Amino acid sequence: MSSTKYILGVFDDPDDLMHGIDKLQAKSVSIYDVYSPCPIHGIDAKLGIKDSRLGYAAFMFGCLGGSIMFSMVYYMLTHDWPINIGGKNYFPIPNFVPVTFEWTVLWTAFGMTFTFFFATHLFPGRTPRVMDLRATDDKFVLAIDARVNGAHDDITNLLKEAGAVEVKHNERKYVSYE
Amino acid sequence: MSSHSESIIREPLITGKNITYNQITEDVLRPVENMPGKAWWIGFTAASIGAMLWVVAISYTFWFGLGEWGLNKTVGWAWDITGFVWWVGIGHAGTLISAVLLLFRQNWRNSINRSAEAMTIFAVICAATYIAAHMGRPWMAAFCLPLPNQYGSLWVNWNSPLIWDVFAISTYFSVSLVFWYTGLLPDIATIRDRATGLRRRIYSVMSFGWTGSVKTWQRFETVSLILAGISTPLVLSVHTIVSMDFATSLEPGWHTTIFPPYFVAGAIFSGFAMVQTLLLVTRKVLGLENYITMFHIESMNKIILVTGSIVGVAYITEFFIAYYSGGEYEQYTFLNRFTGPYWWAGCMMYGCNVLMTQMMWSKKVRTNIAISWVLSIIVNIGMWFERFVIIVVSLHRDYIPSSWAMFYPTWVDVSVFIGSIGIFFTMFLLFLRVLPAVAMAEVKLILKSSSEQAKKKLIDEGHLDPAQVEFYKKSLIKFDSVEQSDYEKV
Repeated sequence: MSSTKYILGVFDDPDDLMHGIDKLQAKSVSIYDVYSPCPIHGIDAKLGIKDSRLGYAAFMFGCLGGSIMFSMVYYMLTHDWPINIGGKNYFPIPNFVPVTFEWTVLWTAFGMTFTFFFATHLFPGRTPRVMDLRATDDKFVLAIDARVNGAHDDITNLLKEAGAVEVKHNERKYVSYE
Repeated sequence: MSSHSESIIREPLITGKNITYNQITEDVLRPVENMPGKAWWIGFTAASIGAMLWVVAISYTFWFGLGEWGLNKTVGWAWDITGFVWWVGIGHAGTLISAVLLLFRQNWRNSINRSAEAMTIFAVICAATYIAAHMGRPWMAAFCLPLPNQYGSLWVNWNSPLIWDVFAISTYFSVSLVFWYTGLLPDIATIRDRATGLRRRIYSVMSFGWTGSVKTWQRFETVSLILAGISTPLVLSVHTIVSMDFATSLEPGWHTTIFPPYFVAGAIFSGFAMVQTLLLVTRKVLGLENYITMFHIESMNKIILVTGSIVGVAYITEFFIAYYSGGEYEQYTFLNRFTGPYWWAGCMMYGCNVLMTQMMWSKKVRTNIAISWVLSIIVNIGMWFERFVIIVVSLHRDYIPSSWAMFYPTWVDVSVFIGSIGIFFTMFLLFLRVLPAVAMAEVKLILKSSSEQAKKKLIDEGHLDPAQVEFYKKSLIKFDSVEQSDYEKV
């Protein structure tokens, strides 16, 4: 067993990378992850990654924010200190709409975004787990876990055939900073 | 979709030959990774002097009170609220570009959304300074919030549009900020991975540890789409509520049901004008002609034309309804805009906003950078006068002729306004210095489908309908960043 931990196929072109995935999958090579400078549409289906469920989180947070605001305004204006304004209704629902709407949006946005940060482990100061520094610039990097997949030379050849400009056998998972 | 080639008749969104992914990074990060040039320093110096003027004027206001402004008992609301509405209006284009155009799949937004959103955030900050300033005692700002207190508790009046405004503006600001910063993460990661030493550490903290893995991108796109979906009604609600600050009063000139759509159209109008003002200069100074192309400029001019015309229709409707209502106070208010002592302000408003923008029906005007820039400034001036006319001119002659008055701004009024422009430009120039002005990841996404070089390749392969190719070549003539001679022989 070699000391290689990860095999990286570095591509210039996302379409070549997508062909590479097909070739590797045909040989039952499992793919660890792909790092790219911009989204590659259709890659999640190819890698069998399920759709994001953040929409559900967004909906729930929106409902929560709207309910909180509506209840708060009801409590303050109708229940706790009703004000007689020209004999008008103490429960003026249309007047509650703007603030309820604003808080629905506010909670949806913050709830969903922070769920995204939490689920993806993004927070200020997190050490970036980067396998190749060019993956945020112009290279599309396909990572294969070398310990799960054997026949490293075959994988290297497959990647080269698919159009990888460079194939790396890394002994460390991440190019760590200091 | 990287493997998808777009119809040839669509104009290219990225021009230039041999644009690679790396070339995009290099071009966009040039101002961030190098010391700024002379133009930046001149602009920054002027803007910071303006910002210091603001500090002086606002401190003077807080120290001596609102009596230092030119307000009197008839005109009790003048330049402060004019400035506030002006800035909030300007702050509408960024979210419109990033949210509404995303929902409509307008890919040309990809290269202008970042700077437009930044501009939005800075404009809303400028607007917020007016809210704090016109409270007179800004340390009482917490009374806007429904906090338990010793008077009962006496809660805020939830029936009032001014309280709705507190929630609308704060929500708009914070949601825009979240939208903008989330979009910035991949680009900050790009700077981080190219930098060394302290810069790398700083950008590393700011990048939240972004890696660009498949799952991250998938979630990122979901978040962007949903944020766009909720920001679209949000941006409409914000200026609707701002207009209700006026429309729910009983003041002739303010008390009109047309205000919400009229204000929203006006806001988008002034916001796009400000985006145009900034981007035409930014594109030249930072050398981004290949990413912010003539197509982008013309598209923005078309939006300015449409919204300017909507505003024009709203003006006509207002006049007609004043006539048709038969209310003599209402009628007087509108006639007074032309025949009263503020006739010149009325002329600035109608002339700049309606007459001047109608010039944009001509394609020559829309694709002329110098004229577009001048027109965008004219729109900014016109929209300031629109708010001034609505606010001051409606107030200055009220129901009792003995209390009629004029409004004369003091040096503090003027300095707060000029100073707020200084603050705006200071923030915008700092943004250009430390963060990428173009969303690199989003531009890279469309490089293989919508760039000039991709389309050139399709033409060279020669499987296209010649009539369509001819149409495409004709559409390229207006571009200042396209080498026309390349297309002569094809």
